[in-house]
Amino acid sequence: MNQNGSAIIAMVGKDCVAIASDLRLGINQNQTTAVDYSKLHKIHDKLWLGLTGLIADQLTLAQKLRFKHDMYELRENRVMSPKVFASVVSTTLYEKRFQPYYTEPVVAGLDKDGKPYITSMDLIGADASADDFVVAGDNVESLFGVCESFYRKDLEPDELFNVIGNCLNAGVNRDCLSGWGGIVTLITKDGPITRTLKNRMD
Amino acid sequence: MSVNLDLSFLHDTERGAASTKYRDEALQGVSNSVHASNFTAPAVEDFDAFQREVINYVKPAHGTTTLGFIFEHGIVIAVDSRASQGPYISSQTVKKVIEINPFLLGTMAGGAADCQFWQRNLGIQCRLHELENGKRITVRAASKLLANTLYSYKGRGLSMGTMIAGWDLNGPGLYYVDSEGTRLKGQRFSVGSGSLFAYGVLDQGYRWDLSVKEACELGRRAIYHATFRDAFSGGTVSVYHVGKNGWTKVTGDDVGELHFHYYPSEKIDEDSLGGLGKKEAEERAAAEATAMET
Repeated sequence: MNQNGSAIIAMVGKDCVAIASDLRLGINQNQTTAVDYSKLHKIHDKLWLGLTGLIADQLTLAQKLRFKHDMYELRENRVMSPKVFASVVSTTLYEKRFQPYYTEPVVAGLDKDGKPYITSMDLIGADASADDFVVAGDNVESLFGVCESFYRKDLEPDELFNVIGNCLNAGVNRDCLSGWGGIVTLITKDGPITRTLKNRMD
Repeated sequence: MSVNLDLSFLHDTERGAASTKYRDEALQGVSNSVHASNFTAPAVEDFDAFQREVINYVKPAHGTTTLGFIFEHGIVIAVDSRASQGPYISSQTVKKVIEINPFLLGTMAGGAADCQFWQRNLGIQCRLHELENGKRITVRAASKLLANTLYSYKGRGLSMGTMIAGWDLNGPGLYYVDSEGTRLKGQRFSVGSGSLFAYGVLDQGYRWDLSVKEACELGRRAIYHATFRDAFSGGTVSVYHVGKNGWTKVTGDDVGELHFHYYPSEKIDEDSLGGLGKKEAEERAAAEATAMET
């Protein structure tokens, strides 16, 4: 899972969720080729997908999942709820059980009642939804550590933004392959707010 | 014109006796285990298999960028300060310049323990040389001492890529010495995983007649760019200058701040971000609107 380098966190707050990603894209392990590469993909206004792992598979999977979502939207005349979308992600990954996509996804969103939902999966679709936070990437130990320390329940949107941003920055600063800045998307009932984070550039 | 050579140390028996005394005292203080011949090979049948096994316990901290170059006013040595174990950053505050004595510096790349130990050992050997001969060791001799030590361990798994820089009676000297036994004299070297990135900046900006200030800035900039591009280099950039009166530490800057010093107003354009950004969303909305009309 450390081909290109990535770090993603999703967190639940009070009637809101936040998803954060680092901005590095590396090749050949050590060579940093881009520092403005978000791994977050917008599915619709209240649903975001974060993909870690091999960049090529991230892009393939993101296109495939967006296609599936958009076909669903046209057919049913409504958008997918986060739970339904997570199931689609899971089955899509398991279809490649014996030759998997090298990517671990994180799904974060609000359903139509405004209830937060986050989940993360392994590369063949075993999902592990949580009511607090999920992390993915090549340095999950460090990310888990800071999240366990700083997460609190029922954070207001601006507090949640601070917590997730600081957790991402602190987590990636112990990892060679991710970092170089970050991006946070906060999803509230009024829609998404996206902001970029400054961090060490080494 | 008369040539005046100071050969007094050859005749001064008192001084000779004193230096022998100092040497014996110094030797007593030095543990015998410090000497190369005292490290024994493990008593195993298959040394290579054993080494493959133990390498997991003594994993070398490999991510590094170091550089050194000679110019008109001496030598500049610049290094980063990150130690990594695989992708994990184990320290951002490693001292990779080893101050062997007031006129000699060594740099560290490869195994941290190997570099620290053997350059300290080199320091001991240089001091003993000084006591025996009553004058400072040359950079040429010092680098040779280290190269000989490392060559005697060739094939036993030491991992070092080092530069020895200093000022002696021949002026500035810079040598590259590694654990394969290589020893090269040169004007410009860069060593470590980020060395190619550093070479890019260094070769572009190098001139013989750089001022001390310009040279130190070139060294700092080259290391900064290496920490930016190389995943395994980072932390702080330390710059040393070696002149005829010995070395001085010039700067030590945290890369976290240095980046924004070099690029103060860097702002990320949200539209250029990967994934489905604002622009794509707008395009999609526009496409949908067109579809509705038809």
